[in-house]
Amino acid sequence: MKRVSSWQVWAFLLPALAVYSVFSAGPLIDTLRLGLYITDETGAKHYAGLANFHTLLTDPGWSDGFWNAMGNNVEFFLIHMAAQNPIGLLLAALLSQRGVKGAAAYRTVLFLPTLLSVVIIGFVWQLILSPLWGVAERMLGWVGLEGLFQPWLGEEGSALATLSLVSVWQFIGIPMMLIYAALIAIPDEIVEAAVVDGAGPWRVFWSVRLPLILPTLGLVTILTFVANFNAFDLIYAVKGAVAGPNYSTDILGTFFYRTFFGYQSQVGSPTMGAAVATLMFLVILSGVGVYFYAVQRRLQRYTF
Amino acid sequence: MTRPTPLFRPLALAAATLMIFPLAAQAGPLVIESWRVDDKTLWEEEIIPAFQRKHPGVTVKFAPTAPTEYDSSLTARMTAGTAGDLVACRAFDVSLNLYKKGQLEKLDGKPGLENFPDSAKVAWQTDDGRETYCMPMASVIHGFFYNKKIFNELKLAPPATQQDFFKVLEALKASGKYTPLALGTADQWEAHQVVYTGIGPNHWKGEEGRKALLNGKKKFTDPEFVSVWESMAKWTPYLGKGASSQTYADSQNLFALGRAAIFPAGSWDIAYFRQQGKLDFAAFPPPVTAPGARCHISDHTDIGMGVNAKSKNKEDAYKFLAWLGSQEFADLYTNRVTGFFSLSNHLVAVKDPVAKQMMDWRKSCSSTIRLNAQVMNRGEPNMETEFWNVDSQVLNGKMTPKQAAERMQAGFAKWYAPQK
Repeated sequence: MKRVSSWQVWAFLLPALAVYSVFSAGPLIDTLRLGLYITDETGAKHYAGLANFHTLLTDPGWSDGFWNAMGNNVEFFLIHMAAQNPIGLLLAALLSQRGVKGAAAYRTVLFLPTLLSVVIIGFVWQLILSPLWGVAERMLGWVGLEGLFQPWLGEEGSALATLSLVSVWQFIGIPMMLIYAALIAIPDEIVEAAVVDGAGPWRVFWSVRLPLILPTLGLVTILTFVANFNAFDLIYAVKGAVAGPNYSTDILGTFFYRTFFGYQSQVGSPTMGAAVATLMFLVILSGVGVYFYAVQRRLQRYTF
Repeated sequence: MTRPTPLFRPLALAAATLMIFPLAAQAGPLVIESWRVDDKTLWEEEIIPAFQRKHPGVTVKFAPTAPTEYDSSLTARMTAGTAGDLVACRAFDVSLNLYKKGQLEKLDGKPGLENFPDSAKVAWQTDDGRETYCMPMASVIHGFFYNKKIFNELKLAPPATQQDFFKVLEALKASGKYTPLALGTADQWEAHQVVYTGIGPNHWKGEEGRKALLNGKKKFTDPEFVSVWESMAKWTPYLGKGASSQTYADSQNLFALGRAAIFPAGSWDIAYFRQQGKLDFAAFPPPVTAPGARCHISDHTDIGMGVNAKSKNKEDAYKFLAWLGSQEFADLYTNRVTGFFSLSNHLVAVKDPVAKQMMDWRKSCSSTIRLNAQVMNRGEPNMETEFWNVDSQVLNGKMTPKQAAERMQAGFAKWYAPQK
């Protein structure tokens, strides 16, 4: 095969590189820079070094809100990790069994909510869970559990968990599909060899299939992490930018929105908002960094 | 897994808006910025044609943005120089900020402005009251709507005092058929803008209490402010089931369907319930604390109109403003945008009976604006957002009135010198 010369490589890379630089890298770098300025009453910007970050992390008026949002975000992520990915794995494992009737139909149904707009999802779940018009209470009544019903979206203790589970419900299809794809890529010979060696279905799953899909599970984890720490729309659609009750559903995305754009009579501060965005960026960057250095390098990849 | 693009979306939206209005700052059609998306048809079909009958040849375009996005998108477009020629002004700090940045024209001495009383102009003046930068348009009044059919059925009369108010609520609850109060806390804002600043002026004597807070003579922890939260805490048992997750729209529906008897309201809701058709309702002002006490109402200067300093069509913009100050506009706006009351000195005959009822309160009660509208929203923590949170927690029974007062006072004292 003829070797590709370097100008060809550049010629094909340049358009994408230019678009990426102008619309992604540029604004990102500019955001990082903007976080170093403060705005005065007349709207003029002054260089202020790390003043914004200092305020954000040490002034209780700001840091309480920031750490609350960070804590909630961690909880949001952990609920996804605890519910979405194991259930996704379970569903994928079941669907990848041979001879499941209607597997394609299940796959489609489970993946469908992923394609819907978050605003619709938020609205529908708000209606389902509404104590006034919702069906949740009646459905619990069918199994004699109506006493358990609470206005889950309105209570400080349960609002965040409820929203996390709504998000899990919507996006369960993504880990399911990724893991499913990995599972069906495992060659039959390996599984058959295990069966010949006397392994039962459980043993095959734990000792053969699971280790082989570990890289995919790692990928799902990091995708969940990035998406969750960037999350915003579901909370905004259901609870508004004040993320009530008492900021119990406030995550970094909504905290950033209030700071940068302002909300109602609260005047937004682009510079402080940029500082918040920078911190979010650092959180995501360090999460991804830790993953690549601590996890990804140790994962064995198998080629078949 | 949530989709990883949320922060990009608002920016993209702003960018898209920029592309749609690139010519806004050039002479030609007069572009009006506003957050009143609901009134778009009304502007296009009635208000603008009425103006054009007086000023043929001036084309006007009404270009509203959704209320929650209005302030941020306007700020962005003002800075970029692409905002419309005329700009609907929020009361006090949001538009004061624009003026301080030199983005709004000074209006003193412009025709039309002389038709407004000083009290109407305060919302759009600098702190010293010397410079005015927006023409007052309309105010909204707070009170309570009640379902006449339910009140007749249970032989109840609209309450005048707080004592009566709780008696009525108790009677409604005892009947077991209706939710006494159509109110939830999921959206938070109504717990403050409608409830606390709606019923509060009777406690803190309207302007007297508001000014005392601003000049540092009174604190949120003083009895006249705490007692409002104490009163609100007593409302909790009369709210509907699951009120903590009940939204404003839910409350409106409950009341419109006749399932709830009383709706703590702003006058802007009149138009909404009129569209719902058959509902027979009337209004009563916030109950006074003791029999015979003077009543105070929240008569909030809500919307004004200013001129973009970068407008290339200022001549026409001033023509429009002068017309905003006319009797014709006052009449048109009050009667067509039901529930928004003109702030001008003109005599306007209000046609809607409930709107008329509410406007008539101005004769017997003292008017005041929303407690925290002036000055209190400009620091960090922002009093408005704090209030939303604190007030809804008091209604939910999650915070005591005393805790609420202490939290508000601590936040205010943190950045406002007279309160330190």
